[in-house]
Amino acid sequence: MMYRFMTIVLAVLALIQAPALRAQDGPLRIEITEGVIEPLPFAVPDFIAESSAANELARNIARVVAADLSGTGLFREIPADAFISPVTSFSSPVQFADWKAINAQALVTGAVNVDADGKVTAKFRLWDVFAGQELGNGLQFSGTQDGWRRIAHKIADQVYSRITGETGYFDTRVAFVAESGPKGQRAKRLAIMDYDGANVKYLTDSSSLVLAPRFSPTGDRVLYTSYESGFPRVYMLDIASVSRRILESQDGTMSFAPRFAPNGRTVVYSLIRGGNTDIYKMDIGTGQSTRLTSAPSIETAPSVSPDGSQIVFESDRSGSKQIYVMSADGGEARRISKGDGQYGTPVWSPRGDLVAFTKQSKRRFHIGVMRTDGSEERLLTASFLDEGPTWAPNGRVIMFTRETQGEQGQSRLYSVDITGRNLQQVSTPGGASDPSWSPLQ
Amino acid sequence: MTRIVKRGSPMSKTFLSKAFILGAGLTLAACTSPDRFGSDSAVDLNNSAGSVAGSVSDPTSPAYFEQAVGDRVLFPVDQHTLTNAAQSTLDAQAEWLLTNSDYDALIEGHADEQGTREYNLALGARRANSVHEYLVSRGVPASRLRVVSYGKERPLESCSTESCYVQNRRAVTIISIGAGV
Repeated sequence: MMYRFMTIVLAVLALIQAPALRAQDGPLRIEITEGVIEPLPFAVPDFIAESSAANELARNIARVVAADLSGTGLFREIPADAFISPVTSFSSPVQFADWKAINAQALVTGAVNVDADGKVTAKFRLWDVFAGQELGNGLQFSGTQDGWRRIAHKIADQVYSRITGETGYFDTRVAFVAESGPKGQRAKRLAIMDYDGANVKYLTDSSSLVLAPRFSPTGDRVLYTSYESGFPRVYMLDIASVSRRILESQDGTMSFAPRFAPNGRTVVYSLIRGGNTDIYKMDIGTGQSTRLTSAPSIETAPSVSPDGSQIVFESDRSGSKQIYVMSADGGEARRISKGDGQYGTPVWSPRGDLVAFTKQSKRRFHIGVMRTDGSEERLLTASFLDEGPTWAPNGRVIMFTRETQGEQGQSRLYSVDITGRNLQQVSTPGGASDPSWSPLQ
Repeated sequence: MTRIVKRGSPMSKTFLSKAFILGAGLTLAACTSPDRFGSDSAVDLNNSAGSVAGSVSDPTSPAYFEQAVGDRVLFPVDQHTLTNAAQSTLDAQAEWLLTNSDYDALIEGHADEQGTREYNLALGARRANSVHEYLVSRGVPASRLRVVSYGKERPLESCSTESCYVQNRRAVTIISIGAGV
């Protein structure tokens, strides 16, 4: 029973500890370990419509599943015009020979029903074509018609997860700053959208400058900085109700760069008093704040480790901008950035193994990752201005802001995987900056 | 009570202030924006294009403060220390504020686009604070002064070269009557 050995190995830094699940007998599997190889060819025929009301959704859901998988760079879709046999029923046997003939190594089949109440139910099966068997069990997801894209993303997350062994990141959202207007008078609004750019919704109007939204660990709130009061201050907004409240309003101060700790109750941020910027934390239940750094230098961009024990942040205490780690209670910090150039905006990965950062070197900006002790630094991008990384919840992809230069310069969102592969622009209605990736919903 | 309308944004800054800054001997490589100002920008000191109230010929007017005294100081890359030229400008600002005690001032700190948003916000605050401390050292009551940082959010000039950056690394003193701070 030797099926062809199908392992697609990807260039993830040698430092990534991939699950040691290398196949012995060649089941459908992408090993996210090291080295760059071909994306895995797959097919997603239109899903079967089980009622006439489901005709359009049956096609659209299949398209979104395919787009999610292709968008990772790990998979390559085989177009429908190459298909030999149609899939006419969800329950009829799969003609494996026809899919082998076009080298579709993975096949996703599905069916969609819309019931009398308008509830959408989509079920799917994932097939390992060359093994001639199903990979995992069929599953179904239900939701409203408006929520059909989420159903598609959930199916794609399942497929991704079964083939890579990693958690998916498709049923997620991105909070960001939508930008319009000329460079010197940029209008900025808080916005939220699906990770793939669909379903954009605005959370604030453009009457006040807003910066850098950050999701809560539960994905229901965002922290951000607004000039609503005339001064930069940290606010918290409930996404469902779009209601907001100011978190830090000490007179004569400014506050910014907020981020939730993993417990969702503590917020770390920067407070400026008398021209000096330090890091504070606040219990959002009691409003009580604690100062964590006290140096005449700039301390900003704090990010708490997933276990809540440490904070990585940016400081210019050495005379240049570098990245440091300290206890979540403050105290002595150790510098982790070691290379040439200047470092900022460190963000702890959801897995806890890496810190993503912005690096400024020789008039270029880079997004990079390093281990939490600063070793094995790797730059993933380079441009006139890249900044502000945010992690996909599975720690495999980073989204960031890229701004082009000159009078007509504009900001857009890009994503790149942590191997530095698959750099792509994220669809947004116009200019966009400061992305924050939600947890998996 | 008269209330001076604060400019909506630095973009509404007229050519006049720049002309003055140049005239004041600060060595600036002005990043000209012909499309914005036109090639025939006649310097009419009595027409400040809705920028600030008053005539520049009236030494008690905001227009005079902005254009004759000089409302801004510039900083080297990543620096917040005041140059000699900046100190001269701030000496004049302090003198004006002490003479015209009805006015309060908001000091805006800015950075150029080379740097992260967070760091630049902190850097702009340092610059604004440098101005604040200097004005206080010259006798202006701290109660009449407030500071804000815009980081790199409000560049005055939009090109991506040093000729623009030099003008964006600034602290601007914006005066208003009875701001009630």
